[in-house]
Amino acid sequence: MISDAPVLQQSSEPAESAAAPSRVSRYARPMLSLLLPLILALGWEFMVWSGWSNGRLVPPPSRVFATIADLARSGELIRHIAATLWRVGLGFAFGVIAGTLLGAVSGYWSLARRLLDPTVQALRAIPSLAWVPLFILWLGIFETSKIALIAVGVFFPVYLGVMGAILSVDRKIVEVGRTFRLSGFAMIRRILLPAVLPAYVVSLRVGLGLGWMFVVAAELIGASEGLGYLLLDGQQLGKPAQILAAIVIFAILGKLTDWLIETAAAPFLRWQDAFGRVRGA
Amino acid sequence: MLALDRVSKTYPNGVQALARFSAEIRQGEILAIIGGSGCGKSTLLRAIAGLDRASSGRVTLDSEAIASPHAKIGIIFQEPRLLPWLSVADNIGFGLADLPAAERREKVARALARVGLADKAQAWPRELSGGQAQRVAIARALVPQPEVLLLDEPFSALDAFTRRDLQDHLLDLWADTRPTLILVTHDVDEAVVLADRVLVMRPRPGRLFDQIEINLGRPRDRNSPLFENFKRSVLTSLDRSLDRNVPDRDATQGPGQAMWW
Repeated sequence: MISDAPVLQQSSEPAESAAAPSRVSRYARPMLSLLLPLILALGWEFMVWSGWSNGRLVPPPSRVFATIADLARSGELIRHIAATLWRVGLGFAFGVIAGTLLGAVSGYWSLARRLLDPTVQALRAIPSLAWVPLFILWLGIFETSKIALIAVGVFFPVYLGVMGAILSVDRKIVEVGRTFRLSGFAMIRRILLPAVLPAYVVSLRVGLGLGWMFVVAAELIGASEGLGYLLLDGQQLGKPAQILAAIVIFAILGKLTDWLIETAAAPFLRWQDAFGRVRGA
Repeated sequence: MLALDRVSKTYPNGVQALARFSAEIRQGEILAIIGGSGCGKSTLLRAIAGLDRASSGRVTLDSEAIASPHAKIGIIFQEPRLLPWLSVADNIGFGLADLPAAERREKVARALARVGLADKAQAWPRELSGGQAQRVAIARALVPQPEVLLLDEPFSALDAFTRRDLQDHLLDLWADTRPTLILVTHDVDEAVVLADRVLVMRPRPGRLFDQIEINLGRPRDRNSPLFENFKRSVLTSLDRSLDRNVPDRDATQGPGQAMWW
């Protein structure tokens, strides 16, 4: 590498040339995903409006949104959302930290895997809701036991995802690291971490989904605020519109937080040569 | 000088891949290792690279024993093995992490220009053709200026035209700093085009069978009768190496003697 003269300038054809999406398809695609729920909602609205159904047990969208608006006006909605988000956020954070650390340790050191993994797998086999009575005894009926339950739900998919991803890193790529004399921390930072990132993002998203599931369980068991409390309150007082309102908000929050993870990770995954990337799915 | 002293490798399943292989390779020499499949070529290369440990025997570079990957020894694999999450430029600079950023950038830019991929600096590896990717792999291995560069069938996955192109290119890059090249191949043409010396190996267990000096100046004309002659003698030796009725040469003698028949 002394001379600067290029030996060869001829280069083969580029591997791909992505066509820029036309303006129509750029706006049409998100619209497409709204089509089915919109048709269903309008259809139901029409059924109730035309008198084919009284809509008492299954209130039409207009009544659900009116309920949401009422809750929002009284300031109650924000309070419930904040309580639930706080629980999911903390539980998710603890679950992710523990799952990532233990998953990485189990994936990287085979001794740790032999020591740790069977126990973790055995704990995983316990339905997580079985912990509820114990957590309430140990941690009380307030926030701590709820957050612990959510953290347990988040922990397992993250742990499994990280460990599995590390174990399946391409040996050939690891060998490249070895030929450049990387070991220990440098190997983890420069080879293993980037290699497991796509799988890690997936496990975070699965973990978050479970976090949302468990926050409902925790709030159904005993809470004085939160979206799960709204559900229970709606059932006990016979207000289906309130139940549906809480469900709609769960859907929106779940989708939103999932989108946040996806969007935050996207810049780090641009290198991927995968089916989904090309198709823009 | 790189010295292999009775290097043997027996895998845990009992298969003896390499038996008492000895050779001495001068600094700056281009050595091709050729042989039938399963003759231990790749095992030998991995032992020199320090990726695998020999069961017995020693690999020494300037009398320093090699037991793990060494800064002065680079390797290029059959596949480019680029890191898909790094741009082409960052892939080439991968082995230069200890250098200050400015110096690294300059070396990488020079290497990119040298392999004719300056316009691809910020491309992802997935955007490269097979030949381009292998050129990046060559640049990545050469940019830390190794004294020994090992090549494990580096062009075997490429089409004939690209392969020739890269063979010429490799010779050109070699001329810059003249590292020792050890090339494992199953392509006789490639061995004769590139090498100063061809070692023929014999399978089960892998061992040295023959060596042929290629006394041809460079650049070599692939169509000259002399070139054809050398090709024929390598081919003949290769055929004999696979013939069970041809007796073994005493493996402990090592290379350094003329063709024995």
